[in-house]
Amino acid sequence: MSKTFSFFLGCLIPNRFPELEKASRFVCDALDIGLEEMEGASCCPAPGVIKSFDKTLWYKVAGRNLSLAAAQGNDILVLCNGCYGTLKDVSMVLREDEGKLGMVRDSLSTIGRTLPYVPDVVHIVEHLCFDYGFEEIRKRVTSPLSANVAVHYGCHLLKPARYRGFTSFEDPTFFDELVETTGARSVPYLEKNSCCGAGGAVRSGLKDLSLDIARKKAASIKGADCIVTPCPFCHMQLMEVSEIPVIYITQLLGLALGGTPEDVGMEGPL
Amino acid sequence: MTNSIYSCMKCGTCTGACPSGRVVAFRTRKIVEDHCNGEIDLGDESLWYCTTCYNCMERCPRHIDITDDILGLREQAYRAGKALSPHLKVLGYLHKTGHAVPINEKVADKRASLGLSRLPPTTHSYEDALEEVRRILEGEGVSGE
Ligand code: SF4
Ligand code: SF4
Repeated sequence: MSKTFSFFLGCLIPNRFPELEKASRFVCDALDIGLEEMEGASCCPAPGVIKSFDKTLWYKVAGRNLSLAAAQGNDILVLCNGCYGTLKDVSMVLREDEGKLGMVRDSLSTIGRTLPYVPDVVHIVEHLCFDYGFEEIRKRVTSPLSANVAVHYGCHLLKPARYRGFTSFEDPTFFDELVETTGARSVPYLEKNSCCGAGGAVRSGLKDLSLDIARKKAASIKGADCIVTPCPFCHMQLMEVSEIPVIYITQLLGLALGGTPEDVGMEGPL
Repeated sequence: MTNSIYSCMKCGTCTGACPSGRVVAFRTRKIVEDHCNGEIDLGDESLWYCTTCYNCMERCPRHIDITDDILGLREQAYRAGKALSPHLKVLGYLHKTGHAVPINEKVADKRASLGLSRLPPTTHSYEDALEEVRRILEGEGVSGE
């Protein structure tokens, strides 16, 4: 077993796209990445609405999720740019701001929980690219793919840069490299580094505006067989406007690692 | 290093970087200017046009935390009772279920057919965990009403 994480599901993955949960469990199993369930975890909480409304609340609910992983002695693995945006950013703030850490600890003590240390928060794409490594993945690919892929990074995998630090946000390549470990080819497109339009509570509050932003992005994709996303929220958004299939990264990887479409929650082959 | 909004040099980089500004009349630079002038209308829907993509904040040559500033204005709008109703509904779901997007029967059935537990091992499966989340929310004045 290479490493064991506390597995943070969030909301959209378990409650709207369980097929992506299935694919992610399949890939972690195939790559010997250990997953410990975070029993009783909640919403991260959603950075769009909750961070906009009340930052104190945002810190405290996120702090409770962090405390569940700390009790297990693990770092946290997330599958969603939104969960990453909340849990990663909160973890970084709590490390540099003792006042906020104290506030979160006081809040936790009222519900009988503690935060002895602040766990690391890792996005599955970040882990696979920067820790697990492309070479190790390539060694395990048994069914190479040949698709042309439009890679979508989304915003909060990369920004705010002060809390990321693994790459430049302007023209990153790590996710393309991950996609290409499967044999698929990443094709360039004009709006590759643009936002999908869903975040910041725009989709939940102002859906037309949000989909207009997504349409602009999708319309610039040329010569691709599918879009690959690292986030269920971008995924949902792009599915609504895209003429080509939208696939989550662990679905693509799962197929290359020898999984059947069923193993990765797909109705048919790519 | 972070500078105050008053260090804005009105270059417009933020507006040029904004995904929302490309599809609606939303001018990030104008928000910064209006905030400097104390002219923000907390009831203006456009405060909610920002996707929090952080492009403006990353690119601002004056290193102003623009996105964080907009989030601060939203917090004021929420406290002034000017939040949008769909957003209040999301907060209500969080109080009711521990999830901003709760499960429904259809997805629970789908989970089962995929071989996953019918309910995820979250607040959906643990009533005492949901109580903890509610206590935190209620401590911040969120009643779920
Ligand atoms: S990018 Fe920065 S300096 Fe330029 S207009 Fe916007 S806030 Fe002002
Ligand atoms: S963070 Fe908000 S205001 Fe800034 S560029 Fe992105 S959508 Fe526009």
